Amino acid sequence: MAGIDIEGLATVYPNGVRAVDGLDLHVADGEFFALLGPSGCGKTTLLRTIAGLESASEGTVRIDSVDVTRTEPGKRGVAMVFQDYALFPHMNVAENITYPLKVRRVAAATRAETAERTAGELSLNGLLERRPGQLSGGQQQRVALARAIASQGKVLLLDEPLSNLDARLRLEARTFLKKLQRDLGITTVFVTHDQAEALALADRIAVMESGKLRQLGTPREVFARPVNTFVANFIGSTPMNLLPGVVSSSGVSAAGGTLPAAASIPSGAEVTVGIRPEYLTLSTGDAIGPGLRGTVVVAENLGVQSLVSVDCDGTLIGVTVPEEQEPSVGKPVFLTAPPDRVLLYDRESGELLARQPVA
Amino acid sequence: MATRFKHPAQDVAGLGTGRALGFLAPAMLLIAAFLVFPAIWTIYIGITNYRLTGVEAVSPSMVGLTNYTRALNDALFHNALWLTMLFVLGSAIVGQNILGFTLAWILRRARPAVRRTVEALTLLAWILPSTVVAYLWVAFFDRDTGTLNSILGTTGTAWLIDYPMVCLVVFNTWRGTAFSMMLYSSALQAVPPSQLESARMVGASGWQTLRDIVFPHIRGHVLTNTLLISLWTANDFSPFLLTKGGPNHESETVPVYIYNVALQGGELGYSSAISFLLLLANLLVSLIYLRLLRRRA
Amino acid sequence: MTPAYVVRRIGFYVLICAITVFFAVPMLWIASAPFDKNPGLGVHWPDWTFENVRKTLDHPYALHSMVNSLIICITTALAVTAFAALASYALSRVRIPGRDALLYGLLLLSSVVTGTAAMVPIFVMIYQLGLIDSRFGVALVMTGGLLPAAIFILKDFVDAVPKSYEESARVFGASTLQILRDVVLPVARPGLATIMVWAFVNSWGNFLVPFLLIRSIDLQPGAVLMQTLTDEGGSVNLQVLPVFSLLFSIPVVVLYLLVNSRYGFRFHGGIKS
Repeated sequence: MAGIDIEGLATVYPNGVRAVDGLDLHVADGEFFALLGPSGCGKTTLLRTIAGLESASEGTVRIDSVDVTRTEPGKRGVAMVFQDYALFPHMNVAENITYPLKVRRVAAATRAETAERTAGELSLNGLLERRPGQLSGGQQQRVALARAIASQGKVLLLDEPLSNLDARLRLEARTFLKKLQRDLGITTVFVTHDQAEALALADRIAVMESGKLRQLGTPREVFARPVNTFVANFIGSTPMNLLPGVVSSSGVSAAGGTLPAAASIPSGAEVTVGIRPEYLTLSTGDAIGPGLRGTVVVAENLGVQSLVSVDCDGTLIGVTVPEEQEPSVGKPVFLTAPPDRVLLYDRESGELLARQPVA
Repeated sequence: MATRFKHPAQDVAGLGTGRALGFLAPAMLLIAAFLVFPAIWTIYIGITNYRLTGVEAVSPSMVGLTNYTRALNDALFHNALWLTMLFVLGSAIVGQNILGFTLAWILRRARPAVRRTVEALTLLAWILPSTVVAYLWVAFFDRDTGTLNSILGTTGTAWLIDYPMVCLVVFNTWRGTAFSMMLYSSALQAVPPSQLESARMVGASGWQTLRDIVFPHIRGHVLTNTLLISLWTANDFSPFLLTKGGPNHESETVPVYIYNVALQGGELGYSSAISFLLLLANLLVSLIYLRLLRRRA
Repeated sequence: MTPAYVVRRIGFYVLICAITVFFAVPMLWIASAPFDKNPGLGVHWPDWTFENVRKTLDHPYALHSMVNSLIICITTALAVTAFAALASYALSRVRIPGRDALLYGLLLLSSVVTGTAAMVPIFVMIYQLGLIDSRFGVALVMTGGLLPAAIFILKDFVDAVPKSYEESARVFGASTLQILRDVVLPVARPGLATIMVWAFVNSWGNFLVPFLLIRSIDLQPGAVLMQTLTDEGGSVNLQVLPVFSLLFSIPVVVLYLLVNSRYGFRFHGGIKS
């Protein structure tokens, strides 16, 4: 129903910078969709182009199958929450929430009722008379969400919704946001630079770089099978190990050892081997089968897990192990990995080499 | 299907260039009528023999650069230039600058009550209407019952007549110091405290600290402040309120001279020529000032 | 407490006292003379009376000139605020072609074309327009003179207001008019109030423009009337002038304190980029 279709979209700034550069994207009805990327990748520009705050230079944007590429922002049926919330400082919470209705000349009685109801949904009861300046960061965010919901847009756009909250509050707000989106079932697109936030919230993630789409997929796909080394580097709280390697008959040799590989790639090809620390197994016993031999250099406690850095033939490789199995520094260890977790990337282009089985 | 179209005018309120120009129009019209046009018209009037009364008031004729050559040889104009220089040097460059900096420097560590009192007094001197301030000083300097004479026991000394320029310099220092004080206060706040503390750790004296730590930080501010207050002082009309330029032209600065030539003497053409010279001087100082500001930014 | 320290402290207080005396003494007169039975030009402890106040209120032109001042300054303050608000909003938010050059030109104008440098052409212009002795003409000239600096101060203010306010109103479907009325105007109110007070105070103290353009004594604003009374001399004026000076100063000081307490005194260094 209220999906978003984007075709060949480009947003070019007057100075010639192509902030969004030929993008095709489909956001399904009711989907929670993340635009993820480093700062300056064009994700916010894309969101603002969907909202109509930036005008598209090329291509089309359709919301609910209606072409809105050149429609005024107010007539697109979108609701938006800004990074700084943009709550009007001179209006109280109730007036802020119902401002979208006031613009449409909805009767005051109906507005009051909407304010009451929406505030209830977002646990803002009792705050309706306050000014934004008298609210905590978390409350301000919920008022901004309430205002967006009260405007009854077909799609909800969120610009860095959690970035203005302090770390402790952020987790709480994240859970709240996900539950709210599920309950409302409203098509939602949000922008974030935090990969953990995108993985935690989104049904699907679009990873962007330099105005272009680098990968589109579920959090699971993007985490387990990054389609290029850019995404591989960007996703994951512990960075993926990326090692130069050469394909051999028994797998792929890298860092002085051999890892199994399920790809049907000719022997002798030079590749970049990608493997997440979470998918490596560390053993201290005898070496069995293909693997990497090395010694423990550093172990960092991450709480439940430890990130262990292992020196394998001069290359540092990260491995996560359960905290209680943390090996002592200097200990010789052996690293193994299941073949379907070892990803091979083209050494030149950084693209994932095809014909590898899906995890 | 990639359709390509022109980038429409985009701004946050959807105003558009057309309506934005409409928003600008009233202000620009007034500025054009009452600032730009007079400035340009000065050039024209300056090359005529236009007068307030008489034949030339009805049909002025072009006299070319006569007014300017006359200015070159006009002893009274030279006198006005010299007095303006003294006025700027004494009250702005030396008086306001030094007193303003001294106040900013010593009030920095004074008790809040002391600081607030002194600041309030200097600010009051700055914000009171100029006619009131002028009258205060006329009373202060009065020959017979003036406060200055009571304090010094010099009853009968007509300060405004005997020492008109000294009076004007003292008056304008008093009047304008607040600006320099505030500017230097905010400039001094930008000096990193850690650097001042480092200087104290190595045992630098107050004077050494000023010279080696503070001054390099505020040099830019000193320069721009001096230019700005000099420009304002050179254009200040309040000397007229105290002395009207007298006695016998002894305190006739350029603004007062322009007024006396134009409205007392009725020589609009000649006074326009002098006005234009003042405009040129202002332009020069402003250009330097903006250049310095831009370099600092 | 070394001797050197004591000497420094004493020096410090002597300096502070000297400066305080320098600034305070000329002002004492305005506090004492208005209420003195035998007002003179010197400062002395007054022989208290309110006779001078009554004389001033009865003076044929004193209160009248205050009304003239109010008419001129309110007109000027409103015009400056309204026109500077419109212009600064357009300059802050819309990329008008040639905007940077225009801003630079305004900045130059605000310091180059001073009242003294332009008094002759302004006088001639108003004279030829037949606007001599018109309070409206005085307000127009003052408005033109104050506008460039007002636009600059306000543009700084608007630049500091996040654009997301307007954008969010726009996404919710507000028209341009609704955005300006519901969002921009209320958010900009402190800036507008500051500018209005600034323009009022500036025109209140302006002597030169009304002095040039107004001849009739019954149309003169307070600033010019004071000069007229001074020139006349005489003992009557020693009763009227001190009270009048005090009354004439009150609005400026009150407005200054008001802005200072409500919005905090913000330092606008004349022209700044």
